[in-house]
Amino acid sequence: MFDVLPPAIVMVAGAILIGLLRGHWRTLFVLGTPLLTLWAIWQIPDGVVATVNFLDYPIEPIEGSPLRRLFATIFALMAFGGGLYAFRQAKWYELSAAMIYAAGAIGVSFAGDLITFFLYWELMALFSTVVVWCGGTPGARAAGIRYAIMHLLGGVILKVGIEGVAIHTGSIDVQPMLANNFDTWMILIGVLINAAAPPVSAWLSDAYPESSPTGSVFLSAFTTKTAVLALILLFPGEPVLVGIGLFMVMYGIIYALLENDVRRILAYSVVNQVGFMVCAVGIGTQMALNGAAAHAFAHILYKALLFMSAGAVIYRTGFSKCTDLGGLFRTMPITAVCGIIGALAISGFPLTSGFTTKTMISQAAADNGLVFVYFMLAAASAGVFLHAGIKFPWFVFFQKDSGLRPKDAPWNMAAAMVLLSALCILLGVFPELLYRFLPYPVDYVPYTAGKVLFYLQLLLFSGLAFFLLLPLMKRTLTISLDTDWMWRVLLNRIARAIYTTVASIGIALQTRIGESLDALRKRAGGHFGTGLSRAGVFARAWSIGTTALWIAVLLTAYVLFYLV
Amino acid sequence: MNDEKSHWLTRPATIRKLWWGFSVVLALTVAAQFFIYVKGYFGVDGWFGFGAVFGFFSCLAMVLVAKALGVVLKRNEDYYPAGDDDV
Repeated sequence: MFDVLPPAIVMVAGAILIGLLRGHWRTLFVLGTPLLTLWAIWQIPDGVVATVNFLDYPIEPIEGSPLRRLFATIFALMAFGGGLYAFRQAKWYELSAAMIYAAGAIGVSFAGDLITFFLYWELMALFSTVVVWCGGTPGARAAGIRYAIMHLLGGVILKVGIEGVAIHTGSIDVQPMLANNFDTWMILIGVLINAAAPPVSAWLSDAYPESSPTGSVFLSAFTTKTAVLALILLFPGEPVLVGIGLFMVMYGIIYALLENDVRRILAYSVVNQVGFMVCAVGIGTQMALNGAAAHAFAHILYKALLFMSAGAVIYRTGFSKCTDLGGLFRTMPITAVCGIIGALAISGFPLTSGFTTKTMISQAAADNGLVFVYFMLAAASAGVFLHAGIKFPWFVFFQKDSGLRPKDAPWNMAAAMVLLSALCILLGVFPELLYRFLPYPVDYVPYTAGKVLFYLQLLLFSGLAFFLLLPLMKRTLTISLDTDWMWRVLLNRIARAIYTTVASIGIALQTRIGESLDALRKRAGGHFGTGLSRAGVFARAWSIGTTALWIAVLLTAYVLFYLV
Repeated sequence: MNDEKSHWLTRPATIRKLWWGFSVVLALTVAAQFFIYVKGYFGVDGWFGFGAVFGFFSCLAMVLVAKALGVVLKRNEDYYPAGDDDV
């Protein structure tokens, strides 16, 4: 049936073996499966590889293109990096679930039709929930359930859209569309929920920080970036995405600035970074789509690196709040240096992968004359440095001396961090390595003296702003309300209110019915009862004569009725 | 423990030096614009020191907005009951 090995299936098979095997064999498969998958990914030629008919629909489980291979490649690379980071610390079921989760992302990448697309999409939802649950705490359990509800809901909306498109257009191809009718809007909303777009961005910062230190590394990589790929494939140039993207960019910065939990800061900055990509997809030019794809690739690496750095700190100290941490550079130098490299990369410092990819998006905005978008993105670049670039390393590794003297990261965690750090710098110094795999020919020079100087000014003066405004940024033991308040509190209150009302109505009814029954019983008892003082009418012993008389009367009445 | 407390990076003298170094770098990035042409896509962004001013003030604005929103949005960290009741 297939001329090539389906990469997603390779990965699922590997994930199952991880569960079945023990010891070194398991390690071999944790590290080997992503590499084997990577090989399979690069065997896939352009175009539809195989078609299967299912209920009159042509199913195209694998369709190759440079864009699809690029995303699948980074997903497989990330599965390898995450596996290396986690294999000695994570439980086997977390590793196994994470691999199937990655397989879902790779499956979506190659899905040529919407049905395949949907199946892999749901596979991701299910197994990412398992990864959240692997946090193992009551908080993780509850957050996992909220996460699952959100994603299953998103899946239902997506499915409604897919059914509509299938029926109304007769085609289930994954192809560019515009959100101009109910069906396509449903698909867009379904995809955007996974991209953590407003108004439901909160699912991300709610769930990811509850997972295990290793789990959040996997979680940060796949769901949102698969959504970005889906947007590139389905909605390139959809104008509404520009506004949504800009909102996400600013939302991420503001919430990250307010946050105290280290991984939640990083979670908000995922929303921020995905906002850049969503905005780029909305711009929709070749430069913009290249930028979105390149930025997604680079982002997965440095965001995972940041989560690895945070994860190593949490693994070693057990703390995850800025207020508890500080001064860790003394005993965790590798974690600190790698964290700083990740922080510089996310901020888009020259010579890091963030610079060579994010500036493409700004360039696309400039080329299209989008003044507002351009300046918002520039402000956001400054803001990223503020909330992730400095805030994260500063509060974790410097700030004050928390008195904590943990050991540095275990060797495998350190190796994964060094690997990703190297990639962040490699793509920053030699951007052509990435550019040649982008979907469109790249006509972009990242390193011009003027551009470098502009961004250096922008970023360094943001740094100045950070240190001057430090008193305003004193961490507090607080969380920030978000739209999830609506379903965690408001919905809860409404449900409780309904419950109380129904219950009180029920109780009132019960009393009334009870009273009525009581009254009835009493009245009936009056007639049937053989009471103490005087028996009821029907309970009395009647004399024969009276009975005969009554019978005579009744018979007369009967005869009369009969005759009349 | 004692020499850990006075880690060279945390000494006031070092921090003072770092501030000096940082200030020099900041001044240099602005001064470099005398020699390096920054292409402005929309006019203003090519002005002298625009990146510096824009970076600083957008950060100031974002911190203040966050601070203001924080008044409304911040809650105690145990606002949501942790665990099984809260789904």
